[in-house]
Amino acid sequence: MDTGVITSYIPIFAKAFLLTLKIGWIGVALAFVTGIAGAFTLYFKIPLLSAAVKCYVELFRNTPLLVQLFFIYYGLPVLGFKISAEVCGAVGLGLLGGSYMTESIRSGLDAVPKIQMESAASLGLSRSQTFMSVILPQAFTISVPGLVANVIFLLKETSVFSAISLMDLMFTAKDLIGLYYNTTESLFLLVLFYIAMLLPVSFAGSVIEKKMRSKMFGGRDDGI
Amino acid sequence: MGFEVIFKGKNFIRLLEGLGVALKISLVSVIISIVLGMIVGMIMTLKNPVIRAVSRIYLEIVRIMPQMVLLFIVFFGFTKMTGRNISAELSSVIVFSFWGTAEMADLVRGCLTSIPKIQYESSKALGLSRLQTYVYVIIPQIIRRLIPLSINLITRMIKTTSLIMMIGIVEVLKVGQQIIEANRKSSPHAAFGVFAVVFLLYFLACWPISRLAGYLERKWT
Amino acid sequence: MDEILKIEHLTKKYDDITVLNDISLTVKKGEVLVIVGPSGCGKSTLLRCINNLEDIQDGKVNIEGKTGMVFQSYELFPHMTVLQNLMLAPVKVQKRKKDEVKKEAEQLLERVGLSSKKDNYPAQLSGGQKQRVAIVRALIMHPEVLLFDEVTAALDPEMVREVLDVILDLAKQDKTMLIVTHEMAFARAIADRVIFLEGGSIIEDTTPAEFFDAPRSERAKSFLRTFEFEKVH
Repeated sequence: MDTGVITSYIPIFAKAFLLTLKIGWIGVALAFVTGIAGAFTLYFKIPLLSAAVKCYVELFRNTPLLVQLFFIYYGLPVLGFKISAEVCGAVGLGLLGGSYMTESIRSGLDAVPKIQMESAASLGLSRSQTFMSVILPQAFTISVPGLVANVIFLLKETSVFSAISLMDLMFTAKDLIGLYYNTTESLFLLVLFYIAMLLPVSFAGSVIEKKMRSKMFGGRDDGI
Repeated sequence: MGFEVIFKGKNFIRLLEGLGVALKISLVSVIISIVLGMIVGMIMTLKNPVIRAVSRIYLEIVRIMPQMVLLFIVFFGFTKMTGRNISAELSSVIVFSFWGTAEMADLVRGCLTSIPKIQYESSKALGLSRLQTYVYVIIPQIIRRLIPLSINLITRMIKTTSLIMMIGIVEVLKVGQQIIEANRKSSPHAAFGVFAVVFLLYFLACWPISRLAGYLERKWT
Repeated sequence: MDEILKIEHLTKKYDDITVLNDISLTVKKGEVLVIVGPSGCGKSTLLRCINNLEDIQDGKVNIEGKTGMVFQSYELFPHMTVLQNLMLAPVKVQKRKKDEVKKEAEQLLERVGLSSKKDNYPAQLSGGQKQRVAIVRALIMHPEVLLFDEVTAALDPEMVREVLDVILDLAKQDKTMLIVTHEMAFARAIADRVIFLEGGSIIEDTTPAEFFDAPRSERAKSFLRTFEFEKVH
């Protein structure tokens, strides 16, 4: 490996890294918003909308992001919706992620035992108080491992953005390999920057999961 | 809107053939992943510190490294290192099996460790050997949980194969692009119809399988 | 004494299955009513109907005031500390002042011997401790009637006593209580009145002494015999 090449490539990769990071996290944020809206729609069985959410979830969970992006980026302009590659990346990731988040949050909501609701009702809590104070916090805790997995999955999926000519990490690596044949150095930096992007998330995710689990399902303390 | 292109000449057949390429690579990778995953998963339950460290690193690599990056490493990196060309198909099977084995092994490990210790102890008390314990007691208990999860892995594998066009394999998405390109003049709007059909084809390939996995999961748990 | 609970011709069905059949019952203020019967006889459903957790198909349930309920499986809120569990409803539902509620919660915890656990999460408590917290959570709402649904059934034997002692203490304070239980010795000690329920109907409604020593119906006799295993052998 040529360290000189690596040093000269770092700024190029850093630029692509920031772009990938930005679009990746905007996509994750969109996915959360979509997922919360979708899961609530299913949980409260809102007529018609529920059916639409179910279709959306099935469609986007059962197709690859790459195909979704191609359809949005190259297909939709035919109907007059023309968007930039960056917006397309964020929206595509948000739509894909939204379908996964909907599933994770909904299954968290369903996993809260029904008797917890009765227990809250016995104390006189209204339906909305029960949902906000009792059901939602528990559902969230139950969903955390799934949500963390989704975030990691989505950030990894940013690697297909290059297909819609977004100048992300993957695009940069491919470009540099094609131009200068510095394959080893390019691949090294590609891996390094993806580690920088995902290792902290993976680590933070494990910590949050552990914390949540010990709080809700955790062992007894020594005082007993 | 470009749907007419689909049925022009052999276009639809070509799209299906493209999908066939993707399905073939997924199927081969899934079979390798399931077999290797079972073995690796069992090894991962051993308490040996070296095995533990290696499997943690393996799982973490798969957890955080995009398959696309792994594909590039194998496809470009292998050629660079050995000076010999590796085919794109072989690269993708290697990468997807590397990824799938980790997923499968982690599932197997999770299932195995969820079996209460007392099941192993009571088998031992009955005089069963370690192998007999696995064959007659443990595996029958985890198989019902593993089957739906393995079926799910198939759909995820199929979706992941969409990446192989990026290393030059002519699969359904690439065929789609070629069709659009070839008909640029006569059907300028082909992109919408063609990609809508590709979208639908992927959906039709994955949806029944994930429904089956969901059905079995509900039925067996 | 005043009537605090009046049930008239209560009928509860799940689809075609009648779980409670034409139940009529009056409970006076300060009375401790123990409901016994074989599993599936409808005794838990009766409590749930009183507490408005089930729709009823016929009849009327009239309560002077509020009810509080304690469940077999505690049903503390796992994401809240003991103190948060106790304060949630008084603050959110009754709009009482936080300081005042906190003071009362601490006093009640003291009374059931759990002062040191106020900042713990339910997962850190034993079953008996959880159930005592659940009782306090019902009490702090100052309900006129307390409903206990097999509150010791999920507990390890050595923890049953600590929970029953709390309920005995409440009986001494003249709380009105409806208790569903399988602990026959406890039932006998605490009850002012025993209801024997079978097949969704009240078979006996009498004093504990009469029910346990001289049950009138054959069905009550055979029910009580199932608890005599140790004597027979």
